[in-house]
Amino acid sequence: MRKVIMGNHALSYGAMLSRAQVIAAYPITPQTQVVELLSEMCADGILNAKFIKVESEHSAMAACLGASLAGARTFTATSAQGLALMHEMLHWAAGGRMPVVMGNINRALAPGWSIWTDQNDSLSERDTGWIQFYCSSNQEVLDTVIQAYKVSEKLMIPSMIILDAFALSHTYEVVEIPEQEKVDAYLPPFNPPFRLTPEDPHAFGGLTSPDHYMELRYKLQKDMEKVPDLVEETGREYEKMFGRYLGQVEEYLCADAELVFVTSGTAGYTARVAVDELREKGLKVGNLRIKLFRPFPFKKVREILTRVPKVAVLDRNLSYGHHGIFYQEVKSALYGQPNQPVIFGFVAGLGGRDITRESFKEIADYALKHDRAEEEIVWIGVKK
Amino acid sequence: MPKKKEVRKIVFNSAEEMPLAPMSIGSMLHNKTGAWRNIKPVIDLSKCIKCGICWKFCPDASIDIVDEWPQINYDYCKGCGICAEECPQKCISMVEEEK
Repeated sequence: MRKVIMGNHALSYGAMLSRAQVIAAYPITPQTQVVELLSEMCADGILNAKFIKVESEHSAMAACLGASLAGARTFTATSAQGLALMHEMLHWAAGGRMPVVMGNINRALAPGWSIWTDQNDSLSERDTGWIQFYCSSNQEVLDTVIQAYKVSEKLMIPSMIILDAFALSHTYEVVEIPEQEKVDAYLPPFNPPFRLTPEDPHAFGGLTSPDHYMELRYKLQKDMEKVPDLVEETGREYEKMFGRYLGQVEEYLCADAELVFVTSGTAGYTARVAVDELREKGLKVGNLRIKLFRPFPFKKVREILTRVPKVAVLDRNLSYGHHGIFYQEVKSALYGQPNQPVIFGFVAGLGGRDITRESFKEIADYALKHDRAEEEIVWIGVKK
Repeated sequence: MPKKKEVRKIVFNSAEEMPLAPMSIGSMLHNKTGAWRNIKPVIDLSKCIKCGICWKFCPDASIDIVDEWPQINYDYCKGCGICAEECPQKCISMVEEEK
């Protein structure tokens, strides 16, 4: 069935089709309509889930963790300050190996108060041990929720599905809603290898001495390293059943490109249109949209970017005092590789300022004219 | 009723044999937190009415009910004093540890 829905509701439909069993959420700003629709689905009996209203995002994640540990498939959603308040619990989810799936709408962190898009909220949680998917269409949001449960529950690592505020969250697009029976065939019920139950009592998350902590974290990293291949495998399986491939990255006209934009989120969508326009003018450009950011898709990124002479990374985020975060990561992935390209870092669109086709023309213009970046950060669209 | 776990130090020699998550790796039993205590609860059983409030409130599950009477497990009691505070009979006193 095809429906015209907003990005927030694409998350809700994804959670519904995945048969989430426990949904805990804080309903006030910066929350979006994600959990509003889910609460309606629960009230109407369309979704057989326990909906827990809590007093903060910290509690929302804590409630999800308890439910997940007891063997329930759990879902929550948040944004910006709400995600920041969850920070401690995000470590608990990953370190305790509880495969919660959460939607995060990328919104700028205060001050000043903002509800517009900016990636610093989710990127501040980069090192918590969560899988992160940055989406660029409502269809991709819905599909990725279903895939994320499959990946997360196989490896017992939580996943964050990330989408831009307004540019995706409140933008309506045509979305194919998969049939429930087919989703059930793709995603079996959650059956964790361990759970909190009186039948077999265990203490979870207790004091862990230096004898064991490092091995637990070694195991988390080793399982994280399995994610890219599993995303590939489950993405191909999804394609077979639903006709849409869900990969780690999206490559667009990179093969013969002299310059490749590296983008994420909706900017990756705009970049494709910009690439078409620049190609009409005879400029050989391409776009590599990074969808899976954690774990970092080293193999894919190296494969594609070591074939091109120049790379322009666009960041809608900033590690203050350093560079844009995707720029840092792409440089790190390509360091010491044979045929390492020249890499430029651009920062644009902070706090919801639009990133347009013109922005990419400006970026292409700079990168094609220079042999190396003259500044640590090249700012696009800032009133200097 | 599942039986109580044995108190021993558990050391895994490889990541492989360890559980995926930090669960029941034995540390809480082995780690005798009673050594942290500098005041200890002492129950005057002659005034005790066996209400079980101390048992219920102990945040470290260090009070057992033995033949209906409360008994403090000094191996784990950290001496927080919540039992003494909550006891309706005021029959638990916090006594300075002496060494």
